[in-house]
Amino acid sequence: MELIFERSRKGKIGGTLPLKDVNEEVKVDPAYLRSRDAQLPCVSEPEVVRHFTRLSNMNFGVDSHFYPLGSCTMKYNPKFTEKIALLEEFTALHPLQPQLLKGAKLTQGALEIIYNLEAVLSEITGMAEYSTHPMAGAHGELTGVMMIAAYHRHKGNVRKHILIPDSGHGTNPASASIAGYEVKAIPSNADGVMDLEEFKKTLNEEVAAVMLTCPNTLGVFNPHIKDIADLTHEVGALMYYDGANLNAIMGKTRPGDLGFDVVHLNLHKTFATPHGGGGPGAGPVGVTKELAPFLPVSRVVKKDDGTFELDYDEPLSIGYIAPFYGNFGVLLKAYAYILLLGKEGLIEVSENAVLNANYLKVALSKYYDLPYDKNCLHEFVLSVSRQAEKGVRAVDMAKALIDKGIHPPTIYFPMIVKEAMMVEPTETESRETLDHFIDVMKYLAELAEKEPELFKDFPKTAPVGRVDEVKAAKDMDVACLNDDSL
Amino acid sequence: MIPGELKYTKEHEWVRMEENEVVIGITDHAQSQLGDITFVELPDAGKDVKQSDSLATVESVKAASDIYAPLSGKVTEVNTSLQDTPEMINQSPYGDGWVCRVDVGDKTELDGLMDAAAYEEFIKGTSS
Amino acid sequence: MNNELKVVHGVGKMSYIPHSKEDRTEMLKAIGIKSTDMADLFKCIPEKLRARSFDLPSGMSELEVDKTLRRLAKKNATDLITFVGGGFYDHYTPAAVDAVVSRSEFYTAYTPYQPEASQGTLQAIYEYQSCICHLTEMEVSNASLYDGGTALYEAAMMAMRITGRNKILMDGGVNPIYRKMLESYTSNLSIEFVEIPVCHGQSHRDEIEKYLDDKTAAIILQNPNFFGVIDDHTDISEMCHAKGALVIESVYPVSLGMLKTPREMGADITTGEGQSLGIPLSFGGPYLGFIATKKEYARKMPGRIVGATVDNEGRRAFVLTLQTREQHIRREKATSNICSNEALCALRALVYMCLTGRGGIKMVARLCMEKTEYAKKKLSKVKGVEVKTSSPTFNEFVIRLPKDPNEIIGKLIDKGFAAGFPLGRYYPDMEDYMLIAVTEKRTKEDIDRFAEALEEVLWN
Repeated sequence: MELIFERSRKGKIGGTLPLKDVNEEVKVDPAYLRSRDAQLPCVSEPEVVRHFTRLSNMNFGVDSHFYPLGSCTMKYNPKFTEKIALLEEFTALHPLQPQLLKGAKLTQGALEIIYNLEAVLSEITGMAEYSTHPMAGAHGELTGVMMIAAYHRHKGNVRKHILIPDSGHGTNPASASIAGYEVKAIPSNADGVMDLEEFKKTLNEEVAAVMLTCPNTLGVFNPHIKDIADLTHEVGALMYYDGANLNAIMGKTRPGDLGFDVVHLNLHKTFATPHGGGGPGAGPVGVTKELAPFLPVSRVVKKDDGTFELDYDEPLSIGYIAPFYGNFGVLLKAYAYILLLGKEGLIEVSENAVLNANYLKVALSKYYDLPYDKNCLHEFVLSVSRQAEKGVRAVDMAKALIDKGIHPPTIYFPMIVKEAMMVEPTETESRETLDHFIDVMKYLAELAEKEPELFKDFPKTAPVGRVDEVKAAKDMDVACLNDDSL
Repeated sequence: MIPGELKYTKEHEWVRMEENEVVIGITDHAQSQLGDITFVELPDAGKDVKQSDSLATVESVKAASDIYAPLSGKVTEVNTSLQDTPEMINQSPYGDGWVCRVDVGDKTELDGLMDAAAYEEFIKGTSS
Repeated sequence: MNNELKVVHGVGKMSYIPHSKEDRTEMLKAIGIKSTDMADLFKCIPEKLRARSFDLPSGMSELEVDKTLRRLAKKNATDLITFVGGGFYDHYTPAAVDAVVSRSEFYTAYTPYQPEASQGTLQAIYEYQSCICHLTEMEVSNASLYDGGTALYEAAMMAMRITGRNKILMDGGVNPIYRKMLESYTSNLSIEFVEIPVCHGQSHRDEIEKYLDDKTAAIILQNPNFFGVIDDHTDISEMCHAKGALVIESVYPVSLGMLKTPREMGADITTGEGQSLGIPLSFGGPYLGFIATKKEYARKMPGRIVGATVDNEGRRAFVLTLQTREQHIRREKATSNICSNEALCALRALVYMCLTGRGGIKMVARLCMEKTEYAKKKLSKVKGVEVKTSSPTFNEFVIRLPKDPNEIIGKLIDKGFAAGFPLGRYYPDMEDYMLIAVTEKRTKEDIDRFAEALEEVLWN
């Protein structure tokens, strides 16, 4: 489609500006000024709105399409929480306001929401305390690993490694590595969970922590998880819980009860805040009592008179990891969601998420390979390897699904499954939608058998056909700069 | 398809001896596994490398692979044309797609490498 | 679990679950569970590992939650006339920005992994990257980072990767919040930070020269700096480049409507907080970190990048590119661990930049400066107030008060003003100083009344 720059015509302007009501003129030494105007597009408001409305029509979203993207928990985002987040008393609140003298009293509502949210997240996961500061899941991981490092420094421990199963999310090793640790990957066993013997061999007193997702990325719950936690604690290392898959277990089990010391959650997954096309998210991090002193500052504290204030005086804290208190707009939506659902609602969420995943898994296993045929929780991983023998790979299957109006599952992850297709339907999909998906997948499996050559041309009905990624990487055209200015 | 005059590593590099220097590249098998190569990160000429160190990186759209030094020595020349035409590795892995030349320190390291027949066996063993 | 409760609340009432009771029974049957008990789905979790507690309040109706949250909302004071900035500003956002981002085709989508199903998001990010490049005059931008502080941290890590060095010079004018963030992030790494206090509000050239050496990976500068002071860092860039060090410039995007661009000043990496581009203050987030650099460093940049290409019929198309830098491919060797970013905030910034356009962004910047100059003039007439004028400023400036700023700020809140930010909080030797921000939203009347109120609380 046409770029907004290609609609630009000199002299057009889209917005109105407030009146100039002062007589001052700017007199600045030209050495401080730019020599050319910023070459932003010149477009009117109607053109801007039409351009972006047309762009929006080229997207699949949860409101318009089934979106069973594994590990991403693409559930319905309630309209109510969107509405609440627009209240001006929240959107217009300056984050430095509570840091002024008497300022905390001007932000009591916001501070109370953060305080309450931390409390409910603690109960949901069985942790002692939370910080809402991390702005996404990976940011929560980094914060968690930084706390682990601070804990070991405080204890005088010299620790070098973090152990991560080979099925883990890519963010796990990346977070561990940028926090200064060396990563050791532990292979999975035939059941799809971390190999206990391999783990025991690698575990020693140089290990700072073990990072796990539970259930893991295959949707499998590791029955030995408590043993792993006990062994880890025996060598003085800590257990880190990647909360990306929390949607599977609410009310059934809790990371804190399983022996985890640090947890991050993805509020944009489990707690239904929208993903926004790649963000913003929120990745609060929870810890045991022993690790609480290391949480980032500031902390929201409740005073004896029932009011709330910020506490920056935490000598063992890892310090600032965000400019303020996290993605408050996202936290607010998640809190509203938890208030709406309550205890029973959250339990229903996990039960139905697991029901939907198993329902799909059983039906689809007739047409596709299932390398780890265990009871799954909220998601499962198919392999397209049977179809790949005919030349139809996971990517081809994904493109065929787009033509059928279904967003493809996650493909080629986890890396331990060949031609992987990771399916997470979530609890908000109806049985009719699931049945339709089964029909489509069955049809595509049959088509792959009979006419595999057709797949290379899919998708045919999307706004664009198969995209040339090699050209994109080689040309590196990442900005429209064909202008007189640059 | 596997040239007889070259030596090979388990990481799918090839080595051609030319007096005191060796020319290094990646094998046809390696390039076909990677798919369309979009970028090559080359070492600086003059760099000292040890056997098994990462020497360069080749990237396709969805993967990045290290090229490891088959031998220890000093990099004397790099194939700068790969910066603009990385696809040369796909098109001519044993010819214009060479990666760099290394002045070899310890020639006995060559003895540890595979000949063409051994490499052919090695690939058969790994691709099953 | 208490099954009765579930029945009372009904199926799908509050948890957005569409199944009827019959659906669930039949689905359980289809997967080989004979009972109608959903708990049987969790047999893979050993009994001894079950939740020891799940003590949460029961759910509420929309109306009840609405009341609860509105009651909390009212406990926040947002009717103050604000002169608080500190890197986060109360600018006006055109209504069309909200209209565009409230389209659920944008906000309910995920990261655009499947380009054919995500061209809307992808093209928007490409256009966003382009606008950031135009604003900063850099060559490549990524799809966004969390905020200005994490962007600065990523830039520092990037500079160390590029140069292979590990010493960072930090200008004293860089936002102290960001400096604290960098300190936290690097505490487990071996990095040497040298902080260089400002001189008359601007970067201290002689001191920089003293500490700059061939171990220095980069200098981090900010323009306008935390005191609102503007500078031309061209000479510092030349000094750094001569030593093989890179220049990282943190900027305030609205100011780039007028001010010298990072590229013109010789910066290698530019970062900033994009909140001023149509993103609400929202008590600290979600915001928008941006990072832009020269083309030669694109592969060292963190985060998602969208590239233009063609589809199988030669039509223009967009796709996530250079992904081999990222965690999902390179795992522990990735340039960063970032996955989710702030895509929807980037969309807000893009729509804002399109609506204001090349003329509008300049006018917003100019209005900010003009009103700031008026405020400086007005406040300098208040008895006992000293306005620092040693260096030119953009839309924020420093005043010195004859009494404790904290106390004065507290009194001004009672008069309906969020007066400014006490600098003593981050600069112990500036106990008497306060930072005042003025945006295009402040009227002459606001400023006049503020000056009067200040005079009153100081002397009455």
